[in-house]
Amino acid sequence: MSEKRLSLSPARFLSARRRHRSAGLVVLLFGLLAVGSAYAAFAPDNAVADTSAQSQQIEEGKKLFAVGCASCHGLNAEGGGNGEGKMAGPSLIGVGAAAVDFQVGTGRMPAMQPGAQIPRKTPSYTPAEIEALAAYVASLAPGPAVPAEESYDISKATDKQVTRGGELFRTNCTACHNFAGKGGALPNGRYAPSLMGVDPKHIYEAMLTGPQQMPVFSDQVLQPEDKRDIIAYLNALQEQKDPGGFGLGRLGPVSEGLWGWLVGIGLLVCVAVWIGAKGVKAKGVRAE
Amino acid sequence: MATKEFPPPVKWADDRLGIGKIGKNNLRKVFPDHWSFMLGEIALYSFIILLLTGVFLTFWFKPSMAEVEYQGSYSLLKGLHMSEAYASTLDISFDVRGGLLMRQIHHWAAILFVASMMVHLLRTFFTGAFRKPRELNWVIGFAMLFLGIIEGFIGYGLPDDLLSGTGLRITQGMIQASPVIGTWLSFFIFGGEFPGDDMVSRFFTIHVLLIPGLILALVTAHLFLVVYHKHTQYPGPGRTQKNVIGYPLWPVYTAKAGGFFFVVFGITALMGALLQINPVWLYGPYNPAEVTAGSQPDWYMGWLEGSVRLMPGFESTFWGITLSWNLIIPALLIPPAFVTLVAAYPFIEQWITGDHRDHHLLDRPRNMPTRTGIGAAFITFYGLLWIGGGNDLIATHFGISLNNVTWFLRFAVFLGPVLAFWVTRRIAISLQRADNERLLHGLESGIIVRSPDGEYYEKHSPISKYEAYSLTARDRTLPLEIGPETDDNGVRAPRRALKKVRASLSRFYFADAVQKPTAAEIEEAHAHAHAAHGHEDDHHEAVEGVTGTVEVDDATAHKVVEH
Repeated sequence: MSEKRLSLSPARFLSARRRHRSAGLVVLLFGLLAVGSAYAAFAPDNAVADTSAQSQQIEEGKKLFAVGCASCHGLNAEGGGNGEGKMAGPSLIGVGAAAVDFQVGTGRMPAMQPGAQIPRKTPSYTPAEIEALAAYVASLAPGPAVPAEESYDISKATDKQVTRGGELFRTNCTACHNFAGKGGALPNGRYAPSLMGVDPKHIYEAMLTGPQQMPVFSDQVLQPEDKRDIIAYLNALQEQKDPGGFGLGRLGPVSEGLWGWLVGIGLLVCVAVWIGAKGVKAKGVRAE
Repeated sequence: MATKEFPPPVKWADDRLGIGKIGKNNLRKVFPDHWSFMLGEIALYSFIILLLTGVFLTFWFKPSMAEVEYQGSYSLLKGLHMSEAYASTLDISFDVRGGLLMRQIHHWAAILFVASMMVHLLRTFFTGAFRKPRELNWVIGFAMLFLGIIEGFIGYGLPDDLLSGTGLRITQGMIQASPVIGTWLSFFIFGGEFPGDDMVSRFFTIHVLLIPGLILALVTAHLFLVVYHKHTQYPGPGRTQKNVIGYPLWPVYTAKAGGFFFVVFGITALMGALLQINPVWLYGPYNPAEVTAGSQPDWYMGWLEGSVRLMPGFESTFWGITLSWNLIIPALLIPPAFVTLVAAYPFIEQWITGDHRDHHLLDRPRNMPTRTGIGAAFITFYGLLWIGGGNDLIATHFGISLNNVTWFLRFAVFLGPVLAFWVTRRIAISLQRADNERLLHGLESGIIVRSPDGEYYEKHSPISKYEAYSLTARDRTLPLEIGPETDDNGVRAPRRALKKVRASLSRFYFADAVQKPTAAEIEEAHAHAHAAHGHEDDHHEAVEGVTGTVEVDDATAHKVVEH
């Protein structure tokens, strides 16, 4: 019987079964499967397209986190107190992989000690470990991802883009970071660090995530090409030789004044003392 | 004198100009020799360098706020819109041969010009060279310093880069803070709303014409007065109020000063060639919406910047007028008060001391402990405000909190000068006492002598007559006496209260100063030195081997031999 039934054409088969009592359930299952597959195919979020390699990385990141970060940020990155009612480390849920990559990649995290500002230092983790930590934190809640390499690739930047980056830099960044990216002071022991010698990726991530005192420059505020142009300008600044000689740290008039007094007036006074100490020689006889 | 004829070409010129006679009288003019007398020369030579390089810069600088698109060779700014002033400054830096060097020499010379005037002022202050008859020359010198600072600041504002524009914006804020007239004054100076289109062209005329002309006229007056008054000299053998011991202008000082000019020019040129100053291309064109960290004026305005940075933000409103105390006090009250005190100091001191005599011999700073203390207090006050102007760089470079730097300085500007005054004055008084020791007892020879009675004492060797002369060539400084309150007829003396103030100030100046010993005291001390140890027999012989020559009498010499 079933042999014969099955030999029916699919259309007739469906038509015959359409009033079956489980037909609704089957249609619902098919619908869910279709929507799910379509979502998996089109949604960019890798959280859903979970592969075993990624879950392994997350697992590894979780272990590293428990050892190196949890004492301040809490075992589940929920943030932690220092036992005296003060925050030891903020919650990292939702900060995204970019924040982790910046903080750990520039050596700021793990911090040596709490303070007004955590300084940049040699990173304590290998790139693979940083990736694992970032993957773990990113798995907790969605947040800005580590930017793709082409978004901060400045090798093809044109002169016009670099100039544009300079304008954006002066409008958005120099107020704290100084005209040459040398950094500056902020209240209460905090400071805007120097941007010289910083990896383009980290500058991009800093704009994206706003670490420590820095405001967030999201992609809606400074679009990806704006960010790239700023990085290109910073790179040009760093590579530029000072045409006027020794640059005095590119710190502005304070260092110029210091050099003027110490070197300029210092040397001239020494010469004056020398000339003043010289008596007069008349026909080989020195008069005092 | 007139017997010797000039060679023909010189005679031709002299017949028409008649300057031979002036030269004859003045080329042999004598100037005393001391390194500290050459500090003013640095200022004069820097000014000459400024004129020379400044003329070069005017050939290419375009003092205009007209908007142009930059198409020069500095690629990082290519295609940007900017004022002609900024574009031409970039052209001077990158497209005019030698332009950057000239710009940098000009700027370094400006830094040194103001700095050397200030050092020269300090020398004049601490040695009392401002006393009668030189008070007016002090005022002229001070006017040049003041004009030099304004001139430098306007020059800093001319390139219309982000730094100079920010500096002018702060200045405009200070102008606007003037009560009642502030807004009007700002519109008057900038020709409308800041920055406007007139700023650079107006400042250019002031920078290249008005102020240099004034300074040049004042330099002439300053030097004329130096020649007229004759130069002061430090006390020393043969030097009196009535002579000048030194070398003639021709050939000694012509050579020394001429050589020094080239040294100053050389050092300034080296700095211009090796040390980058004011890299305008890094700042970018001025845009009132932008600002950069490290926005500071050149050093001579730094104390004003610091004064504003240290002031807490107070503001009050009366009848619809806002009074910004945070600018009025640090920018409109403190600096004018400070500079007025400096400019008027010779007259203030003269009134207090009542000293109306001419002075051509300089004071050693220790011999005027109170004046030296006041000078140290002024330097400390100025220096602390100056440090305040760079509080951000101090915070970042020494790893301390910006707020801590500011709060420390807020107290230090009041306590520091008092402390500096007190310490300096005590040190000066101690040095005076040491001088009196030398005069009365001589130098400690380091030789311990045992007398036949078993007494030990250290041998003192008398100082030379020359040194004794130098140490005693100063006035006795006594506080002013105001006399009895009423005269013989019981009439109260007029203006008694004012005189009391004056007398108490005079006591403040002189009460603790150590007076030089009288001739009788020196005689007595020398006699005592011999009598006390029973060495009436003045048969001295020299003993070598210690610093200087030490005299040892016979008895001691025998003792030494016996042991």
